[in-house]
Amino acid sequence: MSLNIIVLAKQVPDTRNVGKDAMKEDGTINRAALPAIFNPEDLNALEQALRIKDAHPGSTVTMLTMGLPRASEIIREAIYRGADKGVVLTDRVLGGADTLATSYSLAQAVKKMENADIILGGRQAIDGDTAQVGPQIAEKLGVPQVTYAEEIISVADGHVTVKRRLEHGVETVKAPLPCVVTVTGSADECRPRNAQRVMRFKYAASPTELKALDQQHAEHAQSRCPGIIQEWNAEFVEADPMQIGFPGSPTKVKSIENVVFTAKESRKLDNDDAQIEELIKELIANHTIG
Amino acid sequence: MINDKNNLIVYCEWDEDHVADVSLELLTKGRVLADRLGVKLEAIVIGNNLGDIEKTLAPYGADRVYKVDDPRMAPYTTNPHAAVLINLFRQTEPQICLMGATCIGRDLGPRVSSCLHSGLTADCTALEIGDHTDAKTGQSYSDLLYQIRPAFGGNIVATIVNPECRPQMATVREGVMKKEISTPDKIAEVINLKVDDFVKPEDFVVEIIDRHIEKSKINIKAAPIIVAGGYGVGSKENFDMLFTLAETLGGEVGATRAAVDAGWVEHARQIGQTGTTVRPKLYIACGISGQIQHIAGMQDSSIIISINNDPNAPINAIADYVITGNVEDVVPKLIKYYKKNSK
Repeated sequence: MSLNIIVLAKQVPDTRNVGKDAMKEDGTINRAALPAIFNPEDLNALEQALRIKDAHPGSTVTMLTMGLPRASEIIREAIYRGADKGVVLTDRVLGGADTLATSYSLAQAVKKMENADIILGGRQAIDGDTAQVGPQIAEKLGVPQVTYAEEIISVADGHVTVKRRLEHGVETVKAPLPCVVTVTGSADECRPRNAQRVMRFKYAASPTELKALDQQHAEHAQSRCPGIIQEWNAEFVEADPMQIGFPGSPTKVKSIENVVFTAKESRKLDNDDAQIEELIKELIANHTIG
Repeated sequence: MINDKNNLIVYCEWDEDHVADVSLELLTKGRVLADRLGVKLEAIVIGNNLGDIEKTLAPYGADRVYKVDDPRMAPYTTNPHAAVLINLFRQTEPQICLMGATCIGRDLGPRVSSCLHSGLTADCTALEIGDHTDAKTGQSYSDLLYQIRPAFGGNIVATIVNPECRPQMATVREGVMKKEISTPDKIAEVINLKVDDFVKPEDFVVEIIDRHIEKSKINIKAAPIIVAGGYGVGSKENFDMLFTLAETLGGEVGATRAAVDAGWVEHARQIGQTGTTVRPKLYIACGISGQIQHIAGMQDSSIIISINNDPNAPINAIADYVITGNVEDVVPKLIKYYKKNSK
């Protein structure tokens, strides 16, 4: 049984290294100003997808991401690790989207791919931490969802069996295909790049990247890996303009603040034995400890 | 059916034989918001063998309790619970729906919000009612739900509103809001709903084959003393020192997201917006710089001690005591002098 597997992935700003110009005045994120990485849990999802492919030869793993054209970087990264191809859903009109408009746009792209058997993605992205896009795509597609997946145990007889990692334990569920599965960070790490695949696909380029190459390199790229990274726009996926981007987003950012905490009058101590002993005595005396 | 619409409803999570704490916390907050709006506070519980659960919920402020009591509804699966909420909300048109940001709430909320095309904000740290004027259209809205949450890795705090779509939905982590009985002898109106009026047979698509649920052994929420470590602790080995200090003082070990992500301690110990919110009487922050998303989860601690080799670490601003020095030098001294001075 060969399967059509779609992996949803996101190129995210590395929120551990956020600078001052990270936010635009309208409260949305200025992604161009930040280092961009492969969202960590999407890599966990990719690994699960590749394992399904390993178990079911002839299966196809297609990456789908929405973002700026440079998000093709994570598609190429996924191809180096074993994915077959990918699509960057990119369009100015898709920008400023909240989770609902994002889910709608991605669901439209999934529909365009046709015959998806299983749609995998990370539980959540580190720039928003909402975990909403996966379940919302499932709802838009009218298919079941399995969230917090730690391991896809098997895909057989039109069903997927998944081990879920919950707050206080594990649960194993069986869901009919097609369905959406979101994978948590406690799942196994993604396999590294495969050297042969890197050699084979290093010229894989999106249409935007091809335009930036000189003619010789562009021809080389097209002859080596033609069309394995595609770019789709809103019109191509037949998205309703009122359900995408800023207009399609029910939630609006009212305000953004750099939080200033009410500073206390702190007592400063040095790493000095006498001062630390004094502190301990004080905490014991006022019954904080002891 | 119900004539009054526009109420505030809390999805109360049924955990085998009781309602989850986070749901009671949300009812407590919901009571305040409903009073401000002049509407009823409703609760919905979906599960099996619910008993007289309304007697538990009413004291926290619930005016009305919807009960869906059916063996098919427990343990939780997504589509049947979503179908109840979606179809009920179409009839009762609540203006606000609150849920716990638990595995269940974070699975259910987005499914419901997508179907109803209503906005949903995850992991709010504060909820308020206020007005809003759209900067582009100039249109004014009164009494919207301000959904306030740290965003962007905790570097900023955003206030989110849903001007047009209803219900305004938000999830909140356990421990963020306080749980408080408002009217001990309050009696709630009870409405029993039949599953088959809301859920189609084909909604029961996902089958639970196996479940191993155990109560977590780590309970940092209840610990009176917390020794928390951040990325500045430096290694898993150095965390052992924090465990020794916590054990000596009779406390628990907590951690920042960075320390958890580094694999030094388990996720159950994470404190902050995407972890647990704590209010201990003593919080010892070791090598923690103090990102907003962490501070959001511990700022109500009674006494905060910060140990950091950076005298300008942001967390120092909210600390009662700031010890400038390396964690691995200071922590053994705390242990030594506690042992020396305690009886």
